[in-house]
Amino acid sequence: MWILKKLATRPLSIAGFILLFCFIVIAVIAPWIAPPEFAHQPYRIPRDGYWAEPKPPSSEHILGTAEGQYDIFYGVVWGTRTAFRVGLIVTLSGCLIGMIVGSIAAYYGGLIDEILMRIVDIFYTLPYLVAAMVLAVVLGRSLQSSMIALVCFTWMGYARVIRSEILRIREIDYTHAARALGASNMRILVRHIIPNALYPVFVMVSMNIGSMVIAVSTLSFLGLGAQLGYADWGQMISLARNWMLGSAGDAAAYWFTVVCPGIPIVLFVLAWNLVGDALRDVLDPRMRGSR
Amino acid sequence: MIAYIVRRLLMLPIVIAGVSIPVFSLMMLMSPFSRLALYVRDPDTLKQGPEELAEMVEALGLNDPVWEQYARWMNQILHGNFGWSESARQPVLKAIARLLPASVELTLYAAFPVVFIGIWLGKKSAVHQDMPVDHVTRLTAIVGWSFPTFVFGILMLMIFYGINRWCPPGRLSLWASRIVYSDGFTSYTGMHTIDAVLNGDFRVLGDALRHLVLPVITLAYVSWALILRLMRSSMLEALRQDYITTARSKGLSERVVVNKHAQRNALLPVTTVAGLMVANLLNGVVVTETVFNFRGLGAFAATAAVQLDLPSILGFSLFNGVLLVLTNLIVDILCATFDPRVRLN
Repeated sequence: MWILKKLATRPLSIAGFILLFCFIVIAVIAPWIAPPEFAHQPYRIPRDGYWAEPKPPSSEHILGTAEGQYDIFYGVVWGTRTAFRVGLIVTLSGCLIGMIVGSIAAYYGGLIDEILMRIVDIFYTLPYLVAAMVLAVVLGRSLQSSMIALVCFTWMGYARVIRSEILRIREIDYTHAARALGASNMRILVRHIIPNALYPVFVMVSMNIGSMVIAVSTLSFLGLGAQLGYADWGQMISLARNWMLGSAGDAAAYWFTVVCPGIPIVLFVLAWNLVGDALRDVLDPRMRGSR
Repeated sequence: MIAYIVRRLLMLPIVIAGVSIPVFSLMMLMSPFSRLALYVRDPDTLKQGPEELAEMVEALGLNDPVWEQYARWMNQILHGNFGWSESARQPVLKAIARLLPASVELTLYAAFPVVFIGIWLGKKSAVHQDMPVDHVTRLTAIVGWSFPTFVFGILMLMIFYGINRWCPPGRLSLWASRIVYSDGFTSYTGMHTIDAVLNGDFRVLGDALRHLVLPVITLAYVSWALILRLMRSSMLEALRQDYITTARSKGLSERVVVNKHAQRNALLPVTTVAGLMVANLLNGVVVTETVFNFRGLGAFAATAAVQLDLPSILGFSLFNGVLLVLTNLIVDILCATFDPRVRLN
């Protein structure tokens, strides 16, 4: 309860939660505000003809159409669902793998710890975007393969944090007390250590969801993520690349092709970053009391 | 110190092996025919009939056990044969060597504002905690952190090139590249700004800078938030230490307390993260160069990935691995120089 109370006193964190709430609402009511043309493929953006040049906002297409006459409004609305799915699935799977590896390393220690942590180091030396590019090349172009690629290169951070948290908590008095009472190793790990090690992981998850959404949309923008016509913000911006300099007389003629999918990405990531920042300040014991 | 550096450098082969194993395993997921390109020095050999290609697969042993193939591949790499890059139409190593200066130029110019503005603003923000300066800086940082590089880059390009033709994309204007690639212009480093100064041609320098401004701002703006946040929290922690109280009670001026006593200690964690930031910048370079059509390593990697040009991607990731190991080494040495408590043993 005190967490909620503390969060409520910070204007920036309130702004973050409100933004996030708006996105959740949009994602939930997507089928009603933008009814899909193909009921079994709701993520396929309906197109109005095959003309290349984007059309400005009109009563028929409230946010205009992108290159190839994809409806921008539809893409933005359903892109919200894509963003939630991508952000949550990638971050949570990465977190789960990291927690398992980190717990094993800390629990067994010695040689196993050493080997696992060197593997973590090796994964750290590959910049994740480049590594994800390699994987996307191998697995072929699709949203799934870019998600798999990102999961493979985001678990290391969690593994390190969980490992060091467990090593720290293992030496705290209440763990010794539990051991003195005769609790088994497994029980100590599951009942006492992991719940207490979770706070920093919680903060990391909320901070990482935003960057994962950026990473996936970047892969889509480079042409390695979602397929053409898929409701994904990054993919929609890549459609704007040929039009960003406008037409002969009017340099800003096609602003909507960048701005309309661009604003939701920035706000979505901003929302998670604000929430993550707030959680960190509230949950991190070193920051408690500082504000 | 020298013994330590030598020891760390001796670790390099082990790390390269460590980086190459995952890269190689990924490659093994491809069919033997797709992997053929890795061993080819000349593109014409690939344009033969299916029987000849099948023979080549057999001759090169691409169906052999994985570890045998790994040993052979590693051997090729150590002899400098990274294969043929279809997207750059030249051997991978040559392409990397040719495009590297452009990316180094871009990264260097971006790294300075990132590090110095990041540290300076972080310090300001911490010293004036909870005052308007602090709120504004933190808000700008978190908004910058939320901007995907490509969105920010495209917006910059729309405003500063689409609307008022100040900063065009690419590396040089046509007339400038004619000068740079002519015989009268000696290319010392491959970085156009430095070469222009060395050749005394300030028109080329101006043109190169005009092309660099937007990519550098884009690369920097999205990255400095990290340094700023770290510097702020580390500075806040330093300012709460007892020795700061001592320094103040000795009657030292606030400027000396902040700049000498607090900042020095707050810089330590920032230095460590600077190494991580290089990885961050490398990710950013791929996107920035693509957006601004800036022909460097990053754009090369992005094109290679889209065209499924595996040898180039592999060469690029190995190159990155080595680069990161070296950066981490430099960071560790810097840390030891700043902090007498850290011993390099």
